[in-house]
Amino acid sequence: MSAPKTLYDKIWDAHVVSEDADGTCLLYIDRHLVHEVTSPQAFEGLRLAGRKVRCPEKTIAVPDHNVPTTEGREKHIENEESRIQVEALDKNARDFGIHYYPVTDIRQGIVHIVGPEQGWTLPGMTVVCGDSHTATHGAFGALAHGIGTSEVEHVLATQTLIQKKSKNMKVEITGQLKPGVTAKDITLAVIGLTGTAGGTGHVIEYCGEAIRALSMEGRMTVCNMAIEGGARAGLIAPDETTFNYVRGRAHAPKGAQFEAALAWWKTLFTDEGAHFDKVVTIRGEDIEPVVTWGTSPEDVLPISAVVPAPEDFTGGKVEAVKRSLDYMGLTPGQKLTDIAIDTVFIGSCTNGRIEDLRAAAKIVEGKKIKPGMRAMVVPGSGLVRHQAEEEGIAQIFIDAGFEWRLAGCSMCLAMNPDQLGEYERCASTSNRNFEGRQGYKGRTHLVSPEMAAAAALTGHLTDVRELI
Amino acid sequence: MKKFEKFTGIAAPMPLVNIDTDMIIPKGFLKTIKRTGLGVHAFDEMRYDRAGNEIADFVLNKPQYRKTEILIAGDNFGCGSSREHAPWALADFGIKVIVSTSFADIFFNNSFKNGMLPIVLPAEQVELLMKDADRGENARMTVDLEAQEITTSDGQVIKFEVDAFKKHCLLNGLDDIGLTLEKAAAIDSFESQSAQSRPWV
Repeated sequence: MSAPKTLYDKIWDAHVVSEDADGTCLLYIDRHLVHEVTSPQAFEGLRLAGRKVRCPEKTIAVPDHNVPTTEGREKHIENEESRIQVEALDKNARDFGIHYYPVTDIRQGIVHIVGPEQGWTLPGMTVVCGDSHTATHGAFGALAHGIGTSEVEHVLATQTLIQKKSKNMKVEITGQLKPGVTAKDITLAVIGLTGTAGGTGHVIEYCGEAIRALSMEGRMTVCNMAIEGGARAGLIAPDETTFNYVRGRAHAPKGAQFEAALAWWKTLFTDEGAHFDKVVTIRGEDIEPVVTWGTSPEDVLPISAVVPAPEDFTGGKVEAVKRSLDYMGLTPGQKLTDIAIDTVFIGSCTNGRIEDLRAAAKIVEGKKIKPGMRAMVVPGSGLVRHQAEEEGIAQIFIDAGFEWRLAGCSMCLAMNPDQLGEYERCASTSNRNFEGRQGYKGRTHLVSPEMAAAAALTGHLTDVRELI
Repeated sequence: MKKFEKFTGIAAPMPLVNIDTDMIIPKGFLKTIKRTGLGVHAFDEMRYDRAGNEIADFVLNKPQYRKTEILIAGDNFGCGSSREHAPWALADFGIKVIVSTSFADIFFNNSFKNGMLPIVLPAEQVELLMKDADRGENARMTVDLEAQEITTSDGQVIKFEVDAFKKHCLLNGLDDIGLTLEKAAAIDSFESQSAQSRPWV
């Protein structure tokens, strides 16, 4: 009998093309997702070397980072550099014959939302993209991680990556979440505990009752931020929730082939007794709605807490916290719920799916946002937007005073017109609170969609449990 | 790719922890479709004010560090995005080596693809190099990848570990794609097997 394996071990083993004596492997890549920002140099490299895309049928492209989220964008993108990047992707997709969802296609959206939605992402696959939030796809029990542009070119040319295996890390969330606590709070709470380097060199498998209870949307939110914890990838073993989500999607297998796939997918779990190099366990009941106060995703505290002081930390973090507090314009001891917010952003590959919009809409239904507040909802794909309109969710947001926008990365990273102005402060459902991330000198507080909705109503960071 | 050769250069101290990719190259500069020319924008928001003037107390703006080739950095350097623009910007600035107690995975890999050597050392040794780098251009360190040694300005030798395959590629300036294509037969055979066992892929 072979030694017990983790889920990661199983997927890894199923994709090794060759292995050198020192453990360096050539790993086969099943799906390659491409967007406009990290791919132009890779396609240019192929052209210069006279190479083609080895498996165009396994390669999917969609513009998302640069595209404006306002009407008329299909005719004209004002920013010249953005326009050039999107045009370059148009041309590269056409020239190399890869699947493409341009902005004129209702299926266009954030690459990590489009992939699962269209059934490109399936359990047991290897999925890569020139974007760190590729970790999202791990929610399906797929080994998914971000790569740089040189590696994008490598995958385009060879459909493989040169890799060494990472270590196994288990993050178990036991029990049940309390009302008002979401997948976003789980993933932030984990990073708050382990730090942004806590997962470095590891692939995390999230497990436990609270993870099992999550929908696919929630699982994607959890895995999405595995990278923020430093991990190469996040994984959740596939189960009935996964299979039901995948079944019937455009590019998922059908009929007998689906049954054959299902039989294999059901073997994708961590064997009893398999070895993990690192284990973290959190009780679901102990997680509160959380918010970030600083400029690193590890700067996480329950909403009931106060802004910490640099002296609360040790080592290099002391200076980093001083810098963060200065950048964020916060004072130690200040209650987090006293922090006034002028902007709310609901969207991104972390929280731009239908379930996120439903949850936020439930909070704002029948209410109005605080006067003077700029609040926007940016669905993660054209199909999410369409579904939200069909369900009446869009109207709830519009009636409450939110801007209802077209799909894209939007204010998550400010490469498009959706940006924070200097010293503007945003409750954001995105994934990074780095300096300048949402705009030069902009200040970001990462929260769940429900918490963002609550802040839009009250004008300050708010414990959503007071509104439910 | 250029071969990585033994060199002696100026080291600059950047003790801040969690220096992220957005600090190394802010998003405004990701809109290029080229790999070159980003050096002038490395650490842009820390290095220049809004009007484009240099911020005098930023380390790489100080006269003694303007020709820095080695960065001695705080923990968890390069965390965040997968943007290869970060190593492109650093390499274009002239950085050849970065030393820290830890690096984010993707940044670490991306660095090697661009002829740059990220070196992981224990905290005490990073601290020692940080102090040495603090001495300005008098602190010229020598990095010898072949021997896996850093020599400080006063002759102290610090050994470091590096992945054998990555070392080989750097020393010989090898192109990964070319190396992988030599294994095309193995990829072909994996694909035909996989067409049987996982036809839905």
